[in-house]
Amino acid sequence: MAKITLNINKKEYPMEADPQMPLLWAIRDLAGLKGTKYGCGVAQCGACVVHLDGEAVRSCVTKVSRAAGKQVVTIEGLSETNSHPAQLAWQEIDVPQCGYCHSGQIMSAAVLLREKPDPTDQDIDDAMAGNICRCGTYLRIRKAIHLAADMQKKTTTKG
Amino acid sequence: MNNDKTALDRRSFLKASLISGGGLMLSVSWLSSFKAADKTETLNLPDQWAQLNGYILITADNKVKLICPNPEFGQNVMTSLPMIVAEELDVDWKNVTVEMGPHDEVKLGPQFTGGSNSMKMYWKPLREAGAAARQMLREAAAQTWNVPVGEVTTKAGILSHSNGKSAKYGDMASKAASVPVPKEFQLKAPKDFTIVRHSKKNVEAQKIVSGKPVFGLDYSVDGMLIAMIQHPPAFGMKLKSFDAAETLKMPGIKDVFTLKLYEDGFEQGGFDTRTFNELLVVVGKSTWEVMNARKKLIANWEAAGDLKNTIGGRNGKTEVTVPGTIESTRTQLQQMQEYAAKPAQLLRKDVDPEAAFTNAAQVIERTYNGPFLAHNCMEPMNFFAHVTDEKALLVGPLQAPGWIEPTLAKLLNLPADKIEIQMTRMGGGFGRRAYGHYLSEAALISRKVKAPVKLMYTREDDMTYGIYRPMYTATYRAALDANKNLIAFHVKGGGIPEHPIHANRFPAGAVDHYLAEGWQIPSNITIGAFRAPRSNFNAAAEQSFLDEVAEAAGKDPIEFRLELLKRAKEKPVGKNNEYDADRYAGVLELVRDKSNWNKAGNEKYNRGVAAYFCHNSYAAHVVDMVTRDGQPYVERVFSAIDCGIVINPDAATNMVQGAVVDGIGNSFYGALTHKDGVPQQSNFHNYRMIRIHEAPKSIDVHFVQNDLDPTGLGEPPFPPVFGAVANALYKMKGRRFYNQPFKEEVEKVI
Repeated sequence: MAKITLNINKKEYPMEADPQMPLLWAIRDLAGLKGTKYGCGVAQCGACVVHLDGEAVRSCVTKVSRAAGKQVVTIEGLSETNSHPAQLAWQEIDVPQCGYCHSGQIMSAAVLLREKPDPTDQDIDDAMAGNICRCGTYLRIRKAIHLAADMQKKTTTKG
Repeated sequence: MNNDKTALDRRSFLKASLISGGGLMLSVSWLSSFKAADKTETLNLPDQWAQLNGYILITADNKVKLICPNPEFGQNVMTSLPMIVAEELDVDWKNVTVEMGPHDEVKLGPQFTGGSNSMKMYWKPLREAGAAARQMLREAAAQTWNVPVGEVTTKAGILSHSNGKSAKYGDMASKAASVPVPKEFQLKAPKDFTIVRHSKKNVEAQKIVSGKPVFGLDYSVDGMLIAMIQHPPAFGMKLKSFDAAETLKMPGIKDVFTLKLYEDGFEQGGFDTRTFNELLVVVGKSTWEVMNARKKLIANWEAAGDLKNTIGGRNGKTEVTVPGTIESTRTQLQQMQEYAAKPAQLLRKDVDPEAAFTNAAQVIERTYNGPFLAHNCMEPMNFFAHVTDEKALLVGPLQAPGWIEPTLAKLLNLPADKIEIQMTRMGGGFGRRAYGHYLSEAALISRKVKAPVKLMYTREDDMTYGIYRPMYTATYRAALDANKNLIAFHVKGGGIPEHPIHANRFPAGAVDHYLAEGWQIPSNITIGAFRAPRSNFNAAAEQSFLDEVAEAAGKDPIEFRLELLKRAKEKPVGKNNEYDADRYAGVLELVRDKSNWNKAGNEKYNRGVAAYFCHNSYAAHVVDMVTRDGQPYVERVFSAIDCGIVINPDAATNMVQGAVVDGIGNSFYGALTHKDGVPQQSNFHNYRMIRIHEAPKSIDVHFVQNDLDPTGLGEPPFPPVFGAVANALYKMKGRRFYNQPFKEEVEKVI
């Protein structure tokens, strides 16, 4: 066990944790933030995607020690008022069915939207292929990412 | 508007009583004729809510809260069921909030999510609940204004009279609660609907996209421990001995013990299926600690031998022996071939099929196989339990609380009213969460460790535990006369451990001579509901077979089916035909028209069509396949659905699109195989799931427009996808695909 302080969503979380512990369980069990989901534990489904210094990582296979001293952003901290374009577009397109995978989907989409502000369907398929949606909402995910890109452009233009 | 005569019959089930803080509670106890009213608890809600009945609460400031009776697993009932109440109550949807109800079947009805039943089951009761409450509000206004009730009108939560008086529902809510329950009330005509048939967004969407803890795995209380079960590595095995010394040394670990789920002779209900009876349990402080420590267990396993299950039922108990055979997919396939050659149980026979086959000009015979399928809900099985000597609280993802409650009562020796079950949002269900063994396990573990416990399955636990779609096979035979008319049809289907045959479904009723037979092989591999398990196999096999028969008859596959359906309508053969031939034909015609079937402009596609009826709704798909990177890819799909009135069109479209994607994924990739009893797939690295780049570019969904009472969409759009994919593959590859998953067959061809 080691003393580790995680910075999650710009807040400090001091904790005692096995350095080998996946970041996922530190976030869920020790910081008590339940938005990041467990789906497979082996980096196959993407339900656990968070941002580590701005990069999308699978928190289920990222050791907590790797996150120390870095900025962790989870779905709860993606925007202050749940107003990230992806969050808004997801609601506008009414994407979720069961909803379980969508924290991870949105966190993956947010990085895509930053890197490629005007993604093609191919870009979306490439960037989102690591996120499984068992309910099969993939068509709406594509549509929502395009809408989020449009929303983002408008915000940027205004700003 | 229609006067609802049924309301008169139901009046005795509406029960009025005082609630604390003033006001009257009206419970829609419409199940009371089936079940003793043994629950008296009321919802724990603020006093200022005037509770008009089990579903409706209205505040003085005109906010409306509607209670959703059925658990939500992505079929969107938390939105669509309250829409029905809101429609008849006549409120502004913007003022409505929705809350998941507690488990209280006296007040909230059967509360079962599954079998595409929610809409069918709740349509009328929820309309009546809304309409009765609206009538009571009008009565309260009439009394206040001293005018006849017939002159009080409503619109979007406002009561009005032609003399200029008007009031919000909130103003009259308390008074309405003291109005006698109406003897008769009016339901809206479908043409007057302003909420139903108008798309409303998922009421929980904001919570989902912001990561609120709405799922079972997210539920937590202070002092809660985490439990995991080490189940045997293979079906047909059991624990022989274990050494937990190393596990107990690991940080955070509280206890390691074994637990017997059911004592010998325990009378199981129909959904008490469990794969392993003796549980090796690790309990500790946190998920990672327990996960890690469990790996240190030294467990020895041995053959379990035959297992005796006592299954309860209406006609008393039956003893069922589950063979202890250690099975492999290879031996299962061999065994299925042996059984298929033997005589089977007769399920239906019309006229003289044997003679018709003997005299036929041409006989086509084909055999189809489908593997076990794992549900792979994104949220693995889990449940919270806190059991004491006096009571039990259980919280988590579950499709059918009413089925597990009696089991828990027996296992815990507690009266049913001391067992509280709360249903969280489910991260998928697909039938898997109708089997509540994981609640029983959680409850017994909590009682043993005397603490609140969250039982959690890892993905590997979840995938290798069992309760799969059964492994199926079916041999179809068709007899054609010299004019290539279909004169006889024979299906003989079997499975491990149940057969897939629905003997009274199409083409039964449409063919002169018909024979359906079934056989089954007992197995220790447990099975269960899986988005219409039998139907999704049948729709692959039968719809693929009909495609082949149509071709042999020299007919277009849609026209061929329509001719058979015309026959079934005009001169049906036999009795008990389950389907409505007109509605079946309706979806085929709609999908034909919307997809421009046989019209120019679709030359680049290999087109496959299939239609199926199950769970009270009708679905047809045209699948347009292309070759992409050397692989078959379903680029475009047209879907036609008849589920009666579509409550929430955009959400219904989402359901159908999802079912299409799921169908493509499972038909191409889905398979759970065994070697020496050990499941050969354990996580998503070797159980392939469809991903976004494999999903079609478009899925164009059309609903048949009619005013029939609504039926569900969870199952019906799923099965025919398999058949349509098989038929498109034939167009692409020039050979038929008889074995799921198709991907393996495609690779053999390549």
